Amino acid sequence: MKRKFLIGTFTLALGASVVATIAVGTSGCGSTEAALTPPTGISPQKFADGVHAVMMADRTVYATHVVTRLKKQSSPVTADEYWEDAENAIPLPAQMFRMGATLVDENPQAGFNYALRSNWPLNEQNHPKSDFEKKALEYIGEHPGENFYGEEELGGKKYFVAAYPDRAVAEACWSCHNEHPNRGDGYPEFAKDDVMGGVIVRIPL
Amino acid sequence: MTSFVYAGARQKITIFVVINLLIAGYLGYALVAPASSIKTTLLPGTTTHGHYQIELDCNACHARDMSFIQDSCVRCHADELKLAGDTHPASKFNDPANAELLRVLDAQKCVTCHSEHVPEQTRPIGVTLPLDYCWHCHQDVADNRPSHRGMTFDSCATVGCHNYHDNSALYEKFLDSHHGESERLETRLVRTRDFSQRWRSQRPDRYPLLPEHADNPVRADNSNADVVERAVVDWADTGHAASGVNCSECHQSDSNDSSTWSDQVEMAACGNCHQAEVETFGQGRHGMRLAAGMSPMQPKFARLSMHSDAAHRELTCNACHPGHRFDTRYAAVQACLNCHADSHSSSYQGSGHAVLWQKELAGELPADSGVSCATCHLPRIESSDATLVTHHQNFNLRPIEKMIRSVCGNCHGLQFSLDSLADPELSLNCYSTAPSRTVESIDMAHRWFEAQSQKRSRRKQP
Repeated sequence: MKRKFLIGTFTLALGASVVATIAVGTSGCGSTEAALTPPTGISPQKFADGVHAVMMADRTVYATHVVTRLKKQSSPVTADEYWEDAENAIPLPAQMFRMGATLVDENPQAGFNYALRSNWPLNEQNHPKSDFEKKALEYIGEHPGENFYGEEELGGKKYFVAAYPDRAVAEACWSCHNEHPNRGDGYPEFAKDDVMGGVIVRIPL
Repeated sequence: MTSFVYAGARQKITIFVVINLLIAGYLGYALVAPASSIKTTLLPGTTTHGHYQIELDCNACHARDMSFIQDSCVRCHADELKLAGDTHPASKFNDPANAELLRVLDAQKCVTCHSEHVPEQTRPIGVTLPLDYCWHCHQDVADNRPSHRGMTFDSCATVGCHNYHDNSALYEKFLDSHHGESERLETRLVRTRDFSQRWRSQRPDRYPLLPEHADNPVRADNSNADVVERAVVDWADTGHAASGVNCSECHQSDSNDSSTWSDQVEMAACGNCHQAEVETFGQGRHGMRLAAGMSPMQPKFARLSMHSDAAHRELTCNACHPGHRFDTRYAAVQACLNCHADSHSSSYQGSGHAVLWQKELAGELPADSGVSCATCHLPRIESSDATLVTHHQNFNLRPIEKMIRSVCGNCHGLQFSLDSLADPELSLNCYSTAPSRTVESIDMAHRWFEAQSQKRSRRKQP
């Protein structure tokens, strides 16, 4: 009995030591004070909300203070879908957003990925792909101002997934979509504040 | 008698064991030996046209346990894929939502579509999947592109329509923006080479050298005087002399120490100034053996027809830029034709392109308007601050539409270029005749944009 107690105590002590070591090792801070601080972290939802806020801020700044400013100044440099082949051209805000997603995809340290999806994509590859994505786009379309969170399993891996409405905020966005050759016959006429699609943030669990 | 039979059996066993030991020893040595013909025994099947030059260097693609290394593809092909704006990069499929698609076709592994040593299922540019592979992900293409209705999926990747990786000259907007172009463009010039100009502008302290400035050491007994004299006469007429590059810069590892003189010049010495040229040479079929640490490529190894008297030539810089003249005009045509004896090469001198080249050499046409072998196969590539003559001779040959942007489009309209590249006869006769077929993709793209524009106009009508 005593022996079992000793083994149990030792196991507990070892477990506590391992937990403490992991906590210190993953805190990202080497100071003693930090080591004594109980381990804390953020939830996947908080993390997703945070990275989404950064993405949207960057895109808004690019759309407002780069693309729109160039247009207002009648600059010879313009945002163009075919910017790689066009003279004096820079990417559209949505392309800039997707290029960022590609770089994150290529970065094994990122720990998450994100994508633009829409039920009315100009690029067929941006249709919702999983049942979860379909449900999420439906939800954020029907519940203006709300996000959609949940978990899904893809390829044998579990993910926390957050879907955020992607709204028509700048006239240039919805007018370009409404005029685009790739729009299908049933394409909606987008106007200010319409939900044109969703931003999907996926974090492996 | 019994003892005789026993001795006979023992002898047979001994022979059997010895033979097996020899075989095992041979195979064991083949496994660990450096790249050489002994490894031929280990080849599981004929290697593709793109890799056979280095097939005896197993470790170029395989680990020690002979497992395949995905990174070996990336190491050689990543840059060109990036340059082409790869439309299906592996990273595209990092999005977990593609997991189901990857289960069907693992597009993140090169070998899914490009297996090696399987000649019976290898198609052009090393594709080893059935040619209708697009079907797996694009079954519904006709929903958005009605013009594609009824087309079979094994026709997607035919010349002039689509490629898996490089669609830089095939995407819809590009096709439409080149609709209606004439067979010959008004201006028909390739980029002007700017190496000498750049090199000299970076070294303002260099001045043109004359024969009397040559620092080639004549031996004390004068035994090499004739050779030196000829070399100096040749050198004095080159860009090297004009750029202030003296003999010792190539022949001495230490230009201040004449004891380091060597009559032979290593490729590394060329690479001191011509880094991009040497590097790209190692990426093509001419130099890939050297880049893999093997002996130089020789025409006798080639699968294309070569002149028999060229069989044992070794492909280094000097093979095409011989002696001390380094004549790029010689390197642009004659150096190629000295070895290549296939139908395409043999037809060049009778082609319209060759006539233009001869006229340029004769001064009857402006510089950069002639078409040599090098014009098409060692194209001049624009980088951020230079025009590079790539020495990767296969740079724009896989897929063949790569030639459009780098070569054909300098002089010809897109329709004529696509039609020509799609005609296998023209490849054989070195584009000496007009194409006999018409690729429809430009018209299809144009009709698509026209139809969408009309729809847009109708929507705007009150």
